[in-house]
Amino acid sequence: MFAFIVRRFLQAVFVMLVISLIGFSIQHQIGDPVRDLVGISVSKKEREALREKLGLNDPFFIQYGRFLKKALHGDLGRSFFYKKPAVDVILSKAPATLELVFVTSILVIVFSIPLGIYCAIFPKKFLSRLIMGASVVGVSIPVFLTAIMLIYIFSVKLGVMPSFGRGELVHIGGYWYSGLFTWDGLKHLVMPSIALTSIMLPLFVRLIRAEMMEVLESEYIRFAWAKGLKPKRIWFVHAFKNTLLPVITVGGVQLGTLIAFTILTESVFQWQGLGFLFVEAVERADTTLLVSYLIFVGFVFVLINTLVDIIYGLVNPMVRITGKK
Amino acid sequence: MDKLLEVKDLVVKFALRTGTLTALNGINFSLLPGERMGLVGESGAGKSVAGFSIINLISKPGFIAGGEVIFEGEDISKYNFEQMRSIRGNKISMIFQDPMMTLNPVLTIGTQMTETLLAHKQMSKEEATEIAIECLKKVYIPSPETRLKQYPHEFSGGMRQRIVIAISLLTTPKLIIADEPTTALDVTIQAEIMDLLLELCIKEKMGLILITHDLGVVSQTTQKIAVMYAGRIVEKGKTLDIITNPKHPYTQGLIKALPQTHKKGEKLYQIPGIMPNLNQIPSGCPFHPRCTFKKDICSQIEPSLKSVDKGEVACHLYA
Repeated sequence: MFAFIVRRFLQAVFVMLVISLIGFSIQHQIGDPVRDLVGISVSKKEREALREKLGLNDPFFIQYGRFLKKALHGDLGRSFFYKKPAVDVILSKAPATLELVFVTSILVIVFSIPLGIYCAIFPKKFLSRLIMGASVVGVSIPVFLTAIMLIYIFSVKLGVMPSFGRGELVHIGGYWYSGLFTWDGLKHLVMPSIALTSIMLPLFVRLIRAEMMEVLESEYIRFAWAKGLKPKRIWFVHAFKNTLLPVITVGGVQLGTLIAFTILTESVFQWQGLGFLFVEAVERADTTLLVSYLIFVGFVFVLINTLVDIIYGLVNPMVRITGKK
Repeated sequence: MDKLLEVKDLVVKFALRTGTLTALNGINFSLLPGERMGLVGESGAGKSVAGFSIINLISKPGFIAGGEVIFEGEDISKYNFEQMRSIRGNKISMIFQDPMMTLNPVLTIGTQMTETLLAHKQMSKEEATEIAIECLKKVYIPSPETRLKQYPHEFSGGMRQRIVIAISLLTTPKLIIADEPTTALDVTIQAEIMDLLLELCIKEKMGLILITHDLGVVSQTTQKIAVMYAGRIVEKGKTLDIITNPKHPYTQGLIKALPQTHKKGEKLYQIPGIMPNLNQIPSGCPFHPRCTFKKDICSQIEPSLKSVDKGEVACHLYA
């Protein structure tokens, strides 16, 4: 197990190196730090001198090495719009997105597992067909439409829900301002997280159902019936544990996707998170910030995937002992 | 002696979209306590369906459409789910074909053994573990205490089949239904597993229904044989009688096709043709298109089982 973790960690480092290389190349190609620094009123000669002084004429890999060294110290450059280090900007926006994703994940887990299991065990019942039908509708409606409909119904018509922003926040420490601890903050979380859930939940219900139905067809489940076990034990111990393995893998990747692609939801609800920041950065051509966002999201992805693999290893005895699949 | 099991006119059908298929067309057989019987036939003859239908565990579109399964004097085919559950794995155990697939990969052997006991008997986990260890000893698994904590993938195929046999022993059942228990194993292991099964059946006085296509295995293990073809029993009798003096042309063909009976240098015998699909069973005797002795009557009237010598045969040759 230890060797397995070490190997996964080394893989994660390698992936991060590749991501940073891609990120740096983008910055190298489309960004001009001198323009960001001095504007257009400085003469060409002075610019050249500044370029030489900043080392911008050095070979690509020397510059990349310098970029890496700084990145390891937590310095990804300065956002020219915010006039602050890009890392600080991202960290100050991250809690909003993480809280949204956190609440959404909980909603997805709480609802998808029972619904998925139910649909797998009783595929022919009316309720199962209804759930499956609804899930197709759910995935088909784009998240911004769900969001706008929610705002129209609950904010505009009924006036019971706030339509934008994070509401009242509590300072937790560092960059962390949380909306999870005030009534107003929670109220603001409801509609954005429902909108996000509407996309993820159907996917997971269908995934759990499909995996579980396959497991229920297997020989060891038939053998479990032949042993005369109680149905509950067969469903929840024998079948569900085997269903979990593929669900964890997909779930991890989807969690990363959630963090990266809250863009639509955040835009509709004016949610001051990473997705919102990303859209702004694109509009302002804030290259440093864009690249930092890319690296940050890449980091989150790698982190989650590594954790998922380790959890997978804990659930699956075959990985746990031999260290490989 | 009272019969342990009596299957009467059992009919099993499969409800498919295209129509209903008859997988078992009214089969009859019975078993005395401690008696061992072989169900023999080619793939698709309905042997497995017959085995599974005893504990009503036929895979989905299949259902029991008629007949009785009388076990210890009661018709268990009419039992509801909970009544049937108390029989399964308790009084009637099953051994499946492929031990690589029958054990749940994410649960330890110990869990998979004790849960069977806990599902049927009032006892503590410790007592159940004791019995599990006992049973692992009976199937000659070394150091059972540590083995209980291991997962299926840590065992070889032969070991896993021993564990499956140990699971079937836990509740000291009256009857074991073994569905091709050695087909998925190495030839060297096959004999070992069959010897073990035979030894345990005799020692524990358990009845055995051995479902197999391997007449060699059946001849060494069982006391009687039922030969199946296209969802029917075409010949029944004492093992020795059937092996030495088969009556039905199909049984004769099966025995002729055994490599053991064939002379060196000669081509191996094959029964011509293949088993018909369940949806296109020929009229009259279902075997007649492949039969070398066929007469006009064979394609018109289906023969029923009749006593011939000491056994029973369904064939117009003996009318």
